[in-house]
Amino acid sequence: MNTLKKAILAATCVGSLVAMAAPAPAQTTLRAVMHSDLKILDPIWTTAYIVRNHGYMIYDTLLAQDEKGEIKPQMVEKYDTSADKKTYTFTLREGLLWHDGKPVTSEDCIASIKRWAVKDSLGQKMMSFVDSIDAVDAKTFTIKLKEPTGLVLLGLSKPSSNVPFMMPKRVADTDPNKQIEDFTGSGPFVFVKDEWKPGDKTVYVKFDKYKPRSEPASGLAGGKVAKVDRVEWRAISDAQQAVNALSKGEIDYVEQPSHDLLPTLKKDPNVNIVEAAKTQYVFRPNTLHKPFDNPKIRHALWYAFNQEDFLMATIGDENYIKPCKALFICDTPFATTKGMDGLLTSNSKKAQELLKEAGYDGTPVVLMHSTDLKALTNLAPVAKSLMEKAGFKVDMQSMDWQTLVARRAKKDPPEAGGWNAFLTAWVAADVMNPISTAYVNASCEKASFGWPCDAQLEKLRDDFARETDPAKQKAIAEAVQLRVIEFTPEIPVGEYVQPAAMRKNVKGYVISPIPVFWNVEITK
Amino acid sequence: MSMYGYLFRRLLGTIPVMLVVAVFIFLMLRLTPSDPAAIIAGDNATTEQVAQIRSQLGLDRPMIEQFVIWSGRVLTGNFGESFFFKKTVAALIGERIEPTLSLALFTILIAVFVAVPLGVLAAHRHGSWIDRIVMGFSVLGFSVPVFVIGYLLIYLFAVYLNWLPVQGYQRISEGVGGWVQRLILPSVTLSVIYIALIARMTRTSVLEVLSEDYIRTARAKGQSERKVLFRHALRNAAVPIVTVIGLGVALLIGGVVVTESVFTIPGLGRLTVDAVLARDYPTIQAVILLFSFVYVMINLAVDMVYTILDPRIRY
Repeated sequence: MNTLKKAILAATCVGSLVAMAAPAPAQTTLRAVMHSDLKILDPIWTTAYIVRNHGYMIYDTLLAQDEKGEIKPQMVEKYDTSADKKTYTFTLREGLLWHDGKPVTSEDCIASIKRWAVKDSLGQKMMSFVDSIDAVDAKTFTIKLKEPTGLVLLGLSKPSSNVPFMMPKRVADTDPNKQIEDFTGSGPFVFVKDEWKPGDKTVYVKFDKYKPRSEPASGLAGGKVAKVDRVEWRAISDAQQAVNALSKGEIDYVEQPSHDLLPTLKKDPNVNIVEAAKTQYVFRPNTLHKPFDNPKIRHALWYAFNQEDFLMATIGDENYIKPCKALFICDTPFATTKGMDGLLTSNSKKAQELLKEAGYDGTPVVLMHSTDLKALTNLAPVAKSLMEKAGFKVDMQSMDWQTLVARRAKKDPPEAGGWNAFLTAWVAADVMNPISTAYVNASCEKASFGWPCDAQLEKLRDDFARETDPAKQKAIAEAVQLRVIEFTPEIPVGEYVQPAAMRKNVKGYVISPIPVFWNVEITK
Repeated sequence: MSMYGYLFRRLLGTIPVMLVVAVFIFLMLRLTPSDPAAIIAGDNATTEQVAQIRSQLGLDRPMIEQFVIWSGRVLTGNFGESFFFKKTVAALIGERIEPTLSLALFTILIAVFVAVPLGVLAAHRHGSWIDRIVMGFSVLGFSVPVFVIGYLLIYLFAVYLNWLPVQGYQRISEGVGGWVQRLILPSVTLSVIYIALIARMTRTSVLEVLSEDYIRTARAKGQSERKVLFRHALRNAAVPIVTVIGLGVALLIGGVVVTESVFTIPGLGRLTVDAVLARDYPTIQAVILLFSFVYVMINLAVDMVYTILDPRIRY
């Protein structure tokens, strides 16, 4: 071999080696610990929050609410309402694709709306006004109503379970009572089913062909720009271990760090704490059985309770508690304190008087106490103490949350395995108006556990559904609150902020009622 | 009776044991006040939605009918489909076996290789400070809960010294180094109680043997102390030690449940916890049947090892 050939060969080898050594574009992975492990994959079939969060990763919505709770177009380019407010016309944005590369069409959206509306309570209510949903062309469809209602926009922008996620028609045609088996969405991330290992991790990769809106991300609306290549939800069930892993940089984000671990995280120079979702604690009486079958006895609870005791016993940090008497989350469009003067102040004397007037005979209240969920554990003991001060006899029965969930579905009397009351928490997005707030529903058999039955409340909810003027809706929401105080299907016992924690190099996190990962990037 | 005859008889004996376990587990799950359908449906679900899911899962059928269907499937090797994961229980268990086996293997190896020499040493230096330290450690190992040991080790070696990862598991196929690195803390955590148990038993057993005539004879013949201890004393003291190791392997199942949860290891222990919390009946039933079977087999294996260690034992 001559010298020239040797030199060329050597140069080629060196060149190849240099090329091999050149770093490939770095894949960015966001490793997140969510509040729960993902076990079910159909966000229409179940109302579980973790499945809803999964839905926001891979699906998109026609409309969405921004950080102020205002309804904005999302998959739709525009929507028009006819002069008689009985026809809505939606036009889809250009360039929307499913993860399999096929275009999103009107038929897909119509099938998705119909499947969602079978399962969701707001969707069911909305459909009671709908005459027909028809495709005009591949990108346009109309919703024709029998009479005007504000529920079309409210329903299609519903932020929490069940969210009207859009799915391809072949998927949306699945019986709503059966789980889907095809997870093709049109959202900013693609679900990687082969890497989904329940109890270990759930994996999403960026959908390169997603076409985000041009507006900046705001709440659940605006441009959903995926800035990381991959998102992994790691199943770390131990709260302390999640915090340890975050501090060490083994993960990047914790959705719901325990409040008692926040002081540790605040000292960590590599961690940011961001105020995220608001949550409302509520007391739910069972209206079927004594003593809470009597609304006057239930009404005494408004005087027995005060929110500070509940919040300090559970959250324990004044920075994160938000005493708020409004039935619909404070600082949201339908929040009001009307009718709340003197209530929720633990006026035991007044409560005792009311109980006497109502003829309370000392029937013990079977109060279900959830012992295994930290955010709920201390609620029932506080309720017991305050109720006893007000003159109630309370039989607090402790159990794990899943047993409580099973028992609350029973309509039997308390002595036969039923119940009188329990406490739980709702994320703000679920309790922002009279239609989506499950415990305001007073439609007897069809109402949620506790089964309140009140024609007046139902009429007000119907009025709210028919109203399209936001100012008049607000007035009806106030009337709903007044009736709730009188009839007492539930009592809000305080709001708190659940912060999220993330590494300092996680930037662009969007503050929204639901944890979302578009717009998030990892800097070096 | 020949060894094979005994083995056959013992294997036959596992059938009624498994049957009793199956009936017991099935009844226990059905009689506890819980409802998987309500859990699956989520918080916003209506009573009607919960009832629909209950019907789909077959939970509205009479208990006897449910048992007949389930046991019929189990007899054909079909453990059914998880209520939650939309996967067969067999597939779920298949995915989770490697982490649990790895953890169990590491734990037993650490326990045996640390505890047996410690126990022998304590017996040899009976009454000395070494003996007291070993026995003190034993008491501590028994007394401190696994999760406390876990958190202490995590704080020291993962958070403070930054030597090891806080949590997680890496499959052996993804690299032996990472696999070993992630198993060290959980295995050491889990092995503490077994080191305590085995060391104590080894000490007692060896101490008993050390006063035997044949040990005195061995020493009189001029054999080294190491040979006396490990060749003559330990071998003759091995039957109770092997019994404790066997029991330890069986008890490990309980320890694995806690350790896998603390260290986020996606093994059978974690699967058990998740399934119990979610009331995933098919998964709970299959995992407990599997654990019971393993327990019975370990007992059988220990009995077989006796004949190797002590030729005088015949079945």
